[in-house]
Amino acid sequence: MEHISFPPLSRVAICGGTHGNEMSGVYMVREMQQKQKADQVGSVSITTVLSNPRAVDACRRYIDKDLNRCFTDDLLSAPVTDSTPYELRRAQELNAQLGPKGSQEAVDVVCDLHNTTANMGLCFIFYSLDWITMHIYKYIKSKITSAPVRAIQLDIPMSEAYSLESVGKHGCAIEVGPQPGGVVRADIFNLVKEAVDLTIEWLQGFNSGSTFEGGEVEVYNMVKSVDYPRDPTTNEITAAIHPELQDNDFKLLHPGDPMFLKFSGEAVKHEGEELYPFFVNECAYYEKKIACHLGKKFNITIPSVSVKKD
Amino acid sequence: MSCATQRVLRTVTDLSGPAGTLPMSSYNNSARFNEARRVAIFGGTHGNEMSGVTLVNLWVKNSAEIQRKRVETKPFITNPKAVEKCTRYVDTDLNRAFSPENLSAPEGDDLPYEVQRAQEINRIFGPKGSPEAYDVIFDLHNTTSNMGCTLILESSKDHFNLQMMNYIKKAIAPASCLVLLNEHPLLKYSTSRSIAKHPVGLEVGPQPQGVLRSNIFEAMRVILKHALDFIELFNEGMEFPPCTVEVFWVSERIDYPRDANGNIIAMVHPNLQDCDWEPLNPGDPMFQTFDGKTIHYQGPGTVYPTFINEAAYYEKQQAFVITRRETLVASAIRKA
Repeated sequence: MEHISFPPLSRVAICGGTHGNEMSGVYMVREMQQKQKADQVGSVSITTVLSNPRAVDACRRYIDKDLNRCFTDDLLSAPVTDSTPYELRRAQELNAQLGPKGSQEAVDVVCDLHNTTANMGLCFIFYSLDWITMHIYKYIKSKITSAPVRAIQLDIPMSEAYSLESVGKHGCAIEVGPQPGGVVRADIFNLVKEAVDLTIEWLQGFNSGSTFEGGEVEVYNMVKSVDYPRDPTTNEITAAIHPELQDNDFKLLHPGDPMFLKFSGEAVKHEGEELYPFFVNECAYYEKKIACHLGKKFNITIPSVSVKKD
Repeated sequence: MSCATQRVLRTVTDLSGPAGTLPMSSYNNSARFNEARRVAIFGGTHGNEMSGVTLVNLWVKNSAEIQRKRVETKPFITNPKAVEKCTRYVDTDLNRAFSPENLSAPEGDDLPYEVQRAQEINRIFGPKGSPEAYDVIFDLHNTTSNMGCTLILESSKDHFNLQMMNYIKKAIAPASCLVLLNEHPLLKYSTSRSIAKHPVGLEVGPQPQGVLRSNIFEAMRVILKHALDFIELFNEGMEFPPCTVEVFWVSERIDYPRDANGNIIAMVHPNLQDCDWEPLNPGDPMFQTFDGKTIHYQGPGTVYPTFINEAAYYEKQQAFVITRRETLVASAIRKA
């Protein structure tokens, strides 16, 4: 089996409130800030970040613009003026604090906590094939039994990567649902806490010299998004996600399976190849014209990893 | 024995009869009500509660589904600015804005948007408390709580509403539709529907804010269909025999444990989460702190919690409300 060594991963950032109404991350960061006697946990120094404090105060996803779309190389280097939206400014601040993105000074791992209204269980979301992030996913998947644990890969080059976790040398978003905006559910919070604790545990194990065996991991990728049926004149939606698709994220959708139920009573069916739906009926995606994403499932072989010993 | 029960026992003939009988046998002391000629259906009182917004928009475009003989039914978006922004409210909660003070305040652009809206709605559908007020207003809401279909009653003495709710419950059986009664002098609030002679709240959950779930939408639609059927039958002269209605009577509001700065320090316990309407006994888990400790319910007896973990109530200092189960008796009713 292939084996890859990495330098120690000593600096990790745990971020919450990137969307101000996704409450697990908000309370997780608050809890960590209150309880942490020191910022150093063994070999790992932890920075906790409340990414979008104004949105958290207002309990809204964002104030001017979705913060988690502000981290492309172009947006991070754009000049800031008086009329620059709050989140663009904040993204540049976060990039200065945790990055700069793509540089040697960037923190080793960024772990960004999110919630979704979709029934997705616990999902790791990352760009490209990052062995560190995938090992953390593999480790957490082997330890957490109370919810399904899955991974979604976004195949986007780093320069165009738009979300917060792209600022670190390694990064992932941990997306947990279902949870309504503005609500903290204890079962979902406990799951997020377990994932964060296991992430730190893995990093400590890695830094102390453990070898983590590689192997096959199952990952989903995104093929396309599907919008709601809409009225051509008013653009208002004319259907809701069909009851047979609702809450069935990651259940294979076959051609002919119902996807939407129109208010007039007829079903709209999935056409085309078999695909896996996810982010089904995510609240924040109505304005992005996304009813769900559709993707494929595949296996990736990851190498074993350990820390580089000088 | 309550006064209501005494009154009905003098007159009751068949308590177990079906909801609605032809006016061949008449009940003594049927309460008489005027025909309900003017009915409104409010959606978007909270702009991010999507079932009501969607239903009302649908019916504004095409009202065939809500037409009934002898009644004018008006679908109406109460808070259009909040609907536009997909937010609960713009300045202040519209569903708390219909107080006598607000409604009688001098008009002005400096008033909060929702207070201006309340005055406007009072002009169109009221005035509240007057003979000109609409007969019935259905106010459509969603909740993040696992309440299923809930009808909200504001007065235990509104026999018209009690009969309507009994009719709806029987019509959708075996599916369930529970009745929440909020008559508590301190916890009661000035709702948009309170403009009408017979205010009916319709609360369906669980549904996240800003999300439209098909099952929730269709459930609300069915309830309204039965409600309008009842009104049509009533207006045609049908007599409804006395009946009993089980209600959950609001008695107390329970807040989250908070620190000195007002931040919550615990969450609704996993054992209580989603258990709306189920008995909560002294000693049962109620909250869980962020570091895993359990806080137990310490009340004197078994209660029935609801509105458990409603998103909008964190800022109103409410983790859930406590209710007690009561049976109300509705007298027979027929049109005047």
